[in-house]
Amino acid sequence: MASKVIHALYNDDDILMNAVKTVRAEHYHIEEIYTPFPVHGLDKAMGLEGTRIAITSFMYGVLGLTVAVLMMNFIMIEDWPQDIGGKPSFSYLENMPAFVPIMFEMTVFFAAHLMVITFYMRSKLWPFKKAENPDPRTTDDHFLMAIDAGHGDVDAMMKVLESTGAVELNIVEQEQAH
Amino acid sequence: MYTLPNKLKVFALVFMVLGAIGIVAGFLSAPKTTEEVAAMMADSHHGEEHAAQTHDMEGHATVHNTEEHKTEIHAGAEHHQEGVGHEASHSEQDAHQEHLEHVMHQMQNRPWSALYIASFFFFMIALGALAFYAIQYAAQAGWSPILFRVMEGVTGYLPVASIGVLVLLMASAFGLNHIFHWMDPELVNPESAHYDKIIAGKSGYLNIPFFLIRAIVFLLGWNAYRWLSRKYSVADDNANDQSFFKKNFKLSAGFLVFFIVTESIMSWDWIMSFDPHWFSTLFGWYVFAGMMVCAITVIALVTIYLKSQGYLEEVNDSHIHDLAKFMFAFSIFWTYLWFSQFMLIWYADIPEEVTYFVTRIEQYKLPFFGMIAMNFVFPLLLLMNSDYKRVNWFVVMAGIVILAGHYLDVFNMVMPATVGESWTIGVPEIGALMFFFGLFVYVVFNTLTKAPLVAKNNPFIKESKHFHY
Repeated sequence: MASKVIHALYNDDDILMNAVKTVRAEHYHIEEIYTPFPVHGLDKAMGLEGTRIAITSFMYGVLGLTVAVLMMNFIMIEDWPQDIGGKPSFSYLENMPAFVPIMFEMTVFFAAHLMVITFYMRSKLWPFKKAENPDPRTTDDHFLMAIDAGHGDVDAMMKVLESTGAVELNIVEQEQAH
Repeated sequence: MYTLPNKLKVFALVFMVLGAIGIVAGFLSAPKTTEEVAAMMADSHHGEEHAAQTHDMEGHATVHNTEEHKTEIHAGAEHHQEGVGHEASHSEQDAHQEHLEHVMHQMQNRPWSALYIASFFFFMIALGALAFYAIQYAAQAGWSPILFRVMEGVTGYLPVASIGVLVLLMASAFGLNHIFHWMDPELVNPESAHYDKIIAGKSGYLNIPFFLIRAIVFLLGWNAYRWLSRKYSVADDNANDQSFFKKNFKLSAGFLVFFIVTESIMSWDWIMSFDPHWFSTLFGWYVFAGMMVCAITVIALVTIYLKSQGYLEEVNDSHIHDLAKFMFAFSIFWTYLWFSQFMLIWYADIPEEVTYFVTRIEQYKLPFFGMIAMNFVFPLLLLMNSDYKRVNWFVVMAGIVILAGHYLDVFNMVMPATVGESWTIGVPEIGALMFFFGLFVYVVFNTLTKAPLVAKNNPFIKESKHFHY
């Protein structure tokens, strides 16, 4: 099924921000916005939910900590008991200070890497993925707002968008790829 | 302009009066003779184990003394004889008497140490705030100028604190107390039975005149910066150009260089020298980290208090968020340095180094581990979440625990060397803490009344007012 989308192009981030507010006030549905650089406050203006990546980061950190504890316990205490610093206690707890750097590093390693991978997956970016960018100018100096035009009065929408200062307006028939 | 509310004035005065009573009571209750010590040990709670120890006198007292020698709890010079052979020749009675004298010296040191710790604790808050203030200027930070007058208020305590600390150092130097063990001239006299080779070897640096000269030079330097930068900051309000801001910028950059060197030396002199045999190369940084956490916490608390009273309308939760981020970050930084110091010493297990932690873990278990929970685990869990850093009562709660934890940190740095096993947190400690708290509150809020609460001509003030995250 094909859907109709309006591509409104802007050449300034402040104009874009105001346009987003107007469009939202008209209750049109913004599908996506493509910008050449991160625009501060755009997520809030678009009404996007706050990110939950911090929560995943915490969970990955806890996972990393656990892996480090189990790993060091197996390597240094169980599998081949080591005399650490001339203190042959062969107890994880009594040798714990020696493992703190590893526990810390593994926590950071897991949190960082898994968080990045989560972010890519969530953003639908994976190897050999074809770029979804509808207009290469958004990688240079233009901002593109894609508005769902499937339902509603397209002419009225075009008028509203024109009044927000768009430099170009295109109606695009889009294949439903996702 | 801010006017000092009467309620706050009374609040500060009540703390000072109650604190002063506690301090005096602490000095009066310190034992003067060994008989008093024996009596105190027999009926006091804490003394129970001591009493038990002193009853099986022989052997035990001897062992106890040599242990003391090893673990460097020097309260008096009495216990500096070389080793067991000498001790063994004592009769039972002598050994007992010696132990009592040792405890007596520890107990006599206690009110002085309590006073010193509280005095130093509030001093380091003012000094840390001054360093933080200088960093804001030198970095030309855009978020913080709206808080400059609050920071200047906190640093307003520096001159008062400097006098307090200097008086206490002088008291030690002129022999009013023996909390600085190395100041005993017997230790560097080769003829004496108490001659200490290690301390004598350090006496080129660690001697009373040079010690006092360093203290005076450092205090003068820090106070000079505080005085000048405050003068320029107030003058800037009525200036037509940015000349005062530029002056302050240059002055701050210079001060930071002076500060980071002198702060390190100060921490060796005023704290590390309590254990004159022991040394740690990152001690200066460690003290610095604690100082910065406390200072930023106090800045946040004063800001939140003023805001709750209807002042500083332009301070928003993003400013509080930033301060809380600094509290969180410096708590982690403090822990990092604490652990770096601990792990290397624990790992190497060299007797001359490890005594420091052996003493603390054996005799100060609760404050030692309690402080790590308060200074690390608590802020870590409470301030990790971004949203919590914007909730005032969360910041206040974390702040109070952090401040209490860092008081304990200073306590742990000083007490084991001066009073050894005879420690408690009782009237002298709480009295001294209350006294200096009252003084601190009075001086800080009084300084705040001296200039408008917002530095209006600072070039970054507009950015600071509109700061949002």
